[in-house]
Amino acid sequence: MTAPLLEVRGLTKRFGGLTANEDVSFGLRAGEILGLLGPNGAGKTTVFNSLAGFFAPTAGEIRLEGRPIAGLPPERVAALGVARTFQIVRIFKSMTVRENVMVGSLLRHRAVPAARRKADEALAFTGLGGRAGDPAGQLTVAEQKRLEVTRALAIEPRLLLLDEVMAGLTSSEVQEAVEMVKRIRDRGIACVVVEHVMEGIMPIADRVVVLERGRVIADGPPAAVASDAAVIAAYLGEEYRAPGP
Amino acid sequence: MNRRTALAWLALAAGAALFPLLATRPAWQNTAILMLMTAQLGVAWNILGGYAGQVSLGHAAFFGAGAYVSTLLSLKLGLSPWLGMGAGAAFAAALSLLVGWPCFRLKGHYFAMATIAVGEIVQALVNGWEFLGGAVGFYLPLQERGFWGFVFNRSKLPYYYIALGLLAFSLLVNWLVARSRIGYYLRAIKDEPDAARSLGVSLTRYKQYAMVISSALAAMGGTLYAQKELFIDPGSTLSTALSIKMSLVAIMGGVGTLAGPVVGAVLLTAIEEASRIAFGGTGRGTDLVVYGGLIVLIAVFQPAGILGLFASRRGPARPEPAPAGEAT
Repeated sequence: MTAPLLEVRGLTKRFGGLTANEDVSFGLRAGEILGLLGPNGAGKTTVFNSLAGFFAPTAGEIRLEGRPIAGLPPERVAALGVARTFQIVRIFKSMTVRENVMVGSLLRHRAVPAARRKADEALAFTGLGGRAGDPAGQLTVAEQKRLEVTRALAIEPRLLLLDEVMAGLTSSEVQEAVEMVKRIRDRGIACVVVEHVMEGIMPIADRVVVLERGRVIADGPPAAVASDAAVIAAYLGEEYRAPGP
Repeated sequence: MNRRTALAWLALAAGAALFPLLATRPAWQNTAILMLMTAQLGVAWNILGGYAGQVSLGHAAFFGAGAYVSTLLSLKLGLSPWLGMGAGAAFAAALSLLVGWPCFRLKGHYFAMATIAVGEIVQALVNGWEFLGGAVGFYLPLQERGFWGFVFNRSKLPYYYIALGLLAFSLLVNWLVARSRIGYYLRAIKDEPDAARSLGVSLTRYKQYAMVISSALAAMGGTLYAQKELFIDPGSTLSTALSIKMSLVAIMGGVGTLAGPVVGAVLLTAIEEASRIAFGGTGRGTDLVVYGGLIVLIAVFQPAGILGLFASRRGPARPEPAPAGEAT
């Protein structure tokens, strides 16, 4: 068994009196896809922001290949190989699609022509090559989400954090997004996928962690988690719990 | 830069080089020199305020730093103002590090307010410091000293060409910065700072790079001003009105564009001179009224500046509102 790429242990994040995450622990191996599920307000994005360096955890450890990264600023975490997308897209609207991706590729390729080449490669990989010269603001929502993924890939991460990249997409767009995540995994990049749409993530996740009210209530293979009583209760409410044997 | 734009710049440079040979009246030449100097300051301001989106309203402090450093070195040590210009730029760059360190912790309007405070503090400091001339300021001796001495009293032409050269140099610096890695990062920081950070961009570091370049260029403009006027005091080189003017020419012409400050400076100087002629030399208040009116007009009708009127086919001229905060 290989050493874990990502190790989260006892992660707790409080905002004043509000506890957004409490004692969250999970791990992730290289090339794995981890689904992070939970109802609205369960604390998924908070976990995410802690992993990406946007929040300093109140307590707990985050290790990337054994190296503690909790509390490092986002730009340092990015340089160490963790990329992220945003739940509400944050593309650079005054730039073209290609320039957006170049901001990512410039991290590892300081010369502008080399960064441009790498950006074009990344755009070809995610199928946005045809729109490279267009102003980023002209893309559809689905394309903007794909642009964020492309831009994140351009920093050549080992771990990619995808925050609801499938939310608000049509079912055929969800299919495309699922295919893209698989192809990213096949390149050896581990993914943490936050979704509250179960259909998108269940078929591709190697493992699923379910949060409710900031705590982990289930952790395991998708099939086992989907039939877990606590998970069903969290999603549908107590009255839908299957009658016990 | 495509072929057409490059040709346009070349034509503009040729026109500017020929202008004082055709327009020989001193008043015209003087107005043209003012336009060039104002444009140069707008270009300097634009690197930080336009490209990186960090609106500084204290840039007169850096302009004044250039004016005072070269003047002091010239008066006390007899150093050539050209060396003083380099020293002033270096001093302003160092000052900008000192100012940037606390101020870049603030965002948006709070950054702008902090820079106003910095400008006012520097002005108050110089006002009360006798070594720096206090409120009286310094006179430089009016005697022809040739190129190396940087004082010309037989003709305005040397000042014109030095101002033109300094503007060209500033535009070149701006162009090189804009197409470099720093330029991409600055635009990213302006558009979406959090997204930029997630891609490995240190906000403070790159804002600071922009501020160092911007303040050094503003200081060079300050030295030129001191050598042209041969008189500096806090009111003429360190005032907040001057800081506002630097930002206004960039905002009026088009922030974050190479040509914007040049267009803005030509227009603003023309308006100023016209109002001076119309209301007389004592009309010091009228230019402030003009500034205020222009800021309101630009903010309401044309946030992308005059160049934005022509750029609409290249995408939205008006910046879109920032998305609402993310749920956690």
